[in-house]
Amino acid sequence: MATVDVRNVVKLYKRQSEEVRVLDGLSLSIPDGSFVALMGPSGSGKTTLLNLIGGVDQPTSGDVNVDGTNIAKMGGAQLARWRSSSIGYIFQLYNLIPVLSAQENVELPLLLVSMSGAERTKRAKTALELVGLGDRRGHYPRQLSGGQEQRVAIARAIVSDPKVLLADEPTGDLDRKSAEEVLQLLERLNREFKKTIVMVTHDPHAAERAATRYHLDKGVLSN
Amino acid sequence: MLRLVVVNLFRNPLRTFLTMASVTVALFLYCALGGILDTLQEAIKVGSESRLVVRNKISLVQWIPMAYRQRIESVPGVKRVAVQNWFGAQDPADTKGFFAQFAVDDPYYAIYGKDIDIVAASDALAAVAIPDGASPKLAAYYAEQTACVVGEKLLTKKGWKLGQTITLAGTIFPGSWPFTIRAVYRAKDKSFGDETMFFHYKYLSEKGMGGQEAVGTYVLELNDPSLASTITHAVDSQFENAAPATLTETEKAFQAGFVSMYGNIPFVLRVIGLAIVFSILLIAANTMMTSIRERTSEFGVLKTLGFTDAAVFGMVVTEAAVITLGGGLLGALGARALVSGASVPGGFFPPMSVYWGTVLTGIAIAVVIGAVSGLVPAVQASRLRIVDALRRVE
Repeated sequence: MATVDVRNVVKLYKRQSEEVRVLDGLSLSIPDGSFVALMGPSGSGKTTLLNLIGGVDQPTSGDVNVDGTNIAKMGGAQLARWRSSSIGYIFQLYNLIPVLSAQENVELPLLLVSMSGAERTKRAKTALELVGLGDRRGHYPRQLSGGQEQRVAIARAIVSDPKVLLADEPTGDLDRKSAEEVLQLLERLNREFKKTIVMVTHDPHAAERAATRYHLDKGVLSN
Repeated sequence: MLRLVVVNLFRNPLRTFLTMASVTVALFLYCALGGILDTLQEAIKVGSESRLVVRNKISLVQWIPMAYRQRIESVPGVKRVAVQNWFGAQDPADTKGFFAQFAVDDPYYAIYGKDIDIVAASDALAAVAIPDGASPKLAAYYAEQTACVVGEKLLTKKGWKLGQTITLAGTIFPGSWPFTIRAVYRAKDKSFGDETMFFHYKYLSEKGMGGQEAVGTYVLELNDPSLASTITHAVDSQFENAAPATLTETEKAFQAGFVSMYGNIPFVLRVIGLAIVFSILLIAANTMMTSIRERTSEFGVLKTLGFTDAAVFGMVVTEAAVITLGGGLLGALGARALVSGASVPGGFFPPMSVYWGTVLTGIAIAVVIGAVSGLVPAVQASRLRIVDALRRVE
């Protein structure tokens, strides 16, 4: 059974009086435990597709099923709750909260579930150790390198043990060495922990890490 | 999530401090102005319902004859009559340090015997008759025409001592007026005040009036306070067709009359207080909106992680409420601590009061400021679409 099943999805945006068809009847199936790369030129709809799969945006029409749940029809609060337990999101610019330490940033998703403070601390610590930053728990984002910040962001994405990880240009802002570390980490999460990973990237080097690559152009998908 | 609210409060400590300080100052001013209104309310309470004041019907500044005294004393129900004349002199050593002085005759201290304690007094050098009802400690005062009784707070404020001779410069009654402090009183009820000076009416009459006996007001003690209304009519009807006619009223009503001279000032003070509060509301709202705008992408991230619109709304409103409530508590409680009990120059009014009701109103206003100033940015943050919020960064 596919973990991610997108069927005939259309996404329209209104830009002033003009209607822009970003996704045009797109269908995509991503099996459980896959590592998929979405590539394509700017404006092709890659991030839009990622946002629909992550429940961050809603399609104009069509269905988006993630792990058996049709999220296209969910309301705001329900979708938020679903996101907190089902999806881990990794941004290009890390998007850590600057006034929180690495530990506190990673704990953020766990604030949304019923859990003791001690359990929350333990889980966040485990996630940081997994990404190799167990000794940086008390550091603030300004005290970390770009690669380290991205690894903290990955720890945050996996701390609530979601089935699906969505990565939007995770190495776009990193040097070669840091990018390699992040990609190795994603591979490990896919291989050892069976996370389904959908990665948007411009970087062919990054895309090579994925088992399956899709090309998106003007809202249409090709393999 | 409280941790998130706290760290955001300290994200820009200077901004948070300045916003909180502005709310503190605004609420302090609001409660201090409210304290003036509360003090006016207290002033009305000073007078007694069981004492009457008789004055010239046309104006308080006009005299009434001493000859009226006997007729007033003969009105059934009147226990004692005392004379009380406003003196209005200045202390040449402290011309800005205004305080009330009254020339009173002997029965005065019997009429007010229950309202004051004589806490210090000179020893009388010879035996002297003490009026019935007056404190025996006033013996030295009664024995000396230029003696005076001063309030404890006034004594301390001026640095005077018991037995000291002080000289005042007359204004209504020009000239140099020496007085010897022969007793110190402490008011039993703080609303009576401890900053007034009393001296012998005879001294005023002989030195200031050329021996004439003109009276400013008569103070009447009643046998039965429930008959105050009847006695009021009885006194005034005696002089209805005389020149001057009299106006008799309870001491409470007489005091309220002073307060009413301030006319619309209470209304003006309320308007000023509300204007201060409203302007601070605008400042706080602007600060919150600026702060929230700077964190648009963070709200996008929080929502992506699963924080609901309601959670984001709650965080923003809480942040605003903490700033304004913190500032409000400091301002309102600060006004009560610093303003309450302060003396009002002149001794006409009791010490300043800031009622707990005024403090609680101030705190409630701070909460409202917080809620309202946080409302617009909270609604904006909660309604933010994630894709729009994240796009602003990436």
